[in-house]
Amino acid sequence: MRKIRTPYLLLLPGFAFLFTFFILPIINLAQTSTQTSIAGGDTGQYEQTLRFANYFDAFIENKEQFGRSFLYATLATVLALAIAYPLAYAIAFKSGKYKNVLLVLVVAPFFTSFLLRTIAWKQILGEEGFVVPTLRTFGIISESTTLTSTSFAVVMGMTYNFLPFMTLPLFASIDRIDPRTLEASGDLYANGITTFRKVTLPLSMPGVVAGTLLTFIPAAGDYVNAAILGSPNTKMLGNVIESRYFKVVDYPTAAALSFTLMAAILILVTLYIRKAGTEELV
Amino acid sequence: MSQKIKDATIPTIPLGARIQRWVGRNLIKIYAFIAFTYLFIPVAYTFAFSFNDSGKSNLIWKGFTLDNWKNPCGAPEVCNALGNSIKIGLLATIFSTILGTMIAFAIGRHKFKGRSTSNLLIFLPMATPEIVLGASLLSLFLVFKINPGFWPTVIAHIVFCISFVVVTVKARIASLDPRLEQAAMDLYANEFQTFRRVTLPLVAPGIAGAALLAFSLSFDDFIITNFNSGTLTTFPKFIYVSAARGIPAQANVIGSAMFFLALAIVIVGQLVNRRRVR
Repeated sequence: MRKIRTPYLLLLPGFAFLFTFFILPIINLAQTSTQTSIAGGDTGQYEQTLRFANYFDAFIENKEQFGRSFLYATLATVLALAIAYPLAYAIAFKSGKYKNVLLVLVVAPFFTSFLLRTIAWKQILGEEGFVVPTLRTFGIISESTTLTSTSFAVVMGMTYNFLPFMTLPLFASIDRIDPRTLEASGDLYANGITTFRKVTLPLSMPGVVAGTLLTFIPAAGDYVNAAILGSPNTKMLGNVIESRYFKVVDYPTAAALSFTLMAAILILVTLYIRKAGTEELV
Repeated sequence: MSQKIKDATIPTIPLGARIQRWVGRNLIKIYAFIAFTYLFIPVAYTFAFSFNDSGKSNLIWKGFTLDNWKNPCGAPEVCNALGNSIKIGLLATIFSTILGTMIAFAIGRHKFKGRSTSNLLIFLPMATPEIVLGASLLSLFLVFKINPGFWPTVIAHIVFCISFVVVTVKARIASLDPRLEQAAMDLYANEFQTFRRVTLPLVAPGIAGAALLAFSLSFDDFIITNFNSGTLTTFPKFIYVSAARGIPAQANVIGSAMFFLALAIVIVGQLVNRRRVR
C-alpha cells in the first residue's frame, strides 16, 4: 500500500505548486482574453462578455508582428542550427581531452547577463563600434547603411542568445554516437557526405529536434532582442504584448495575443515532433 | 627507411597544396574556432568596457581605469539590483530544486497511473514562451489583488525552474545502475538506508547541476521578472531600464565577475568529479 502511494506523495507538493501558479494562471488568462472594457469604467477595468472576436481583432491588428515573430524565430533557429551543428560535432569528435573544457566554454558566455551581451552587440554593431567603419572602409556597406535597428541585427542577436540552447542538446546526442558506426559506413564505401546523411544525421536527430525546439520557442516569444537591437519596424509579438500590458493596460488583447502565440507554437511543435518522429523528448 | 621517404616527399608538395590540405583536414576545428569567437566577442567587449573611465554612460572608450573594479558599488543602484537578484535566485533555486527533485524521483523511479500526464505537465512550462508565463501569472496576481514585487517574482522563477530541475535530475537517475541499489538491499540495508547511502550520493551531482542551472536561469531572467516584479529592480531589469540613458561601467564589472565566478565553480566541480571517479 505504501509503495503505491509513494510516487503520488512525491509529486504532490510540486504539482500543487505548478497547478496553482502555472495551470490556474493559464485558465485565468483564457478568461481575460474574452473580456471587454466596462462601459464608463476606468482604464484597466474589464468584464466577462465572452467576446471571442477579441482574438480575431487582436490577430488582424497585429498580423505583421505575428508574421515577423515566426519569421525571425525560424531564421534564428536555422542559423543557430547551422552554427551549432559543426561546433557540437567538433566538440564531440575532434576535441580529445579538451572536451569538457570546450563544453564549459559553450555555456560560459551565459553567465555574463544576456542583456549585457545584447547591449554589447548593439554597441559593437553601432555607429561607434568597430564593425561598421571597417565594413565601410572596405566598401562592403554604403555610408548610409546601418547595422543596428535592422531585422539583421535582431535575428543575429536572437541567434547569438539562443546558441547554447541549440549546441548543448546537439552535443549530447552527437556525443552518444559510437564512432565505430561512422567507420563501418566508411568501410562500406560511403564517402563523407553519404556517411553524414545516412548515419550521423539520423543518429543525431533527437538532438536536432530538442535544440530547434529550445531555440524556436523562446525566440518566438522574445521581445528583448527586438527592443534593444531593432527599431519600431522590427517589432515582434512579444513587444506588442508587453506594451499592451504595461503602457496601454489592454489586458484582454494582451491575453488573446498571448494565447494565440502559445497555441500557434504548440501546434507547430506538435506537427514538428510528429514529422521528426521523436517522442522521447523530455 | 621511412624517415627517408618522408624527407623525400615533403618538399615535392607545393606549399599551396599543403595549406589547402591542412585547411581541409582541420576545417571543422577552424569552424569551431570561429564559432567560439562569435560566442565570446560580446563577453570580451563587456569585460574590456568594465575598465572604461566612462562616468555615467559607458558608450565610448575614454581611458583605462581600475576604479570600477575597486568600487563595484560606486553606482549604488547596481548593487541594490544585484542583491535582489541573488536573493531571488537563491530562494528560487532552493524551492525549485527540492520540488523538482521529488518529482524527478517519482517519475524516474516509479511506475504509476498518470505518469505520462506528469511528463506532459513538466514539459508544458518549458514549451510555453516566457512572455505567456509572465503575463498569465501577472493576471492571476492582479485578480487576487496581490501586488507584483519580491515574492511574486520568486514564485514565477520557481515555476519555470522546476521543469529544468526535473529534466536534469531525471537524466541522472536514468543513468544509475540499478544493481548498485540491489547490492545494498542484498547487504541488508533497508529502503531508507539504501536511499541515503547509495541512491542519494549517486544522484547528488545531478541535483547540484540542476541547482546551478536553476540559479543561472533565475539570475539571468528578464521577461518573466519584468512582468511580476513591479517596482523591484533585479540586475537584468536594471540593465534593461538603464540601457537608454547609459549603463554604468559597474554593471560590466559585475557581469564579468559573475562570468569568472561561474567559470571557477564549474572548473572546481569538474576537478572534484574527476578525483571522485579516480
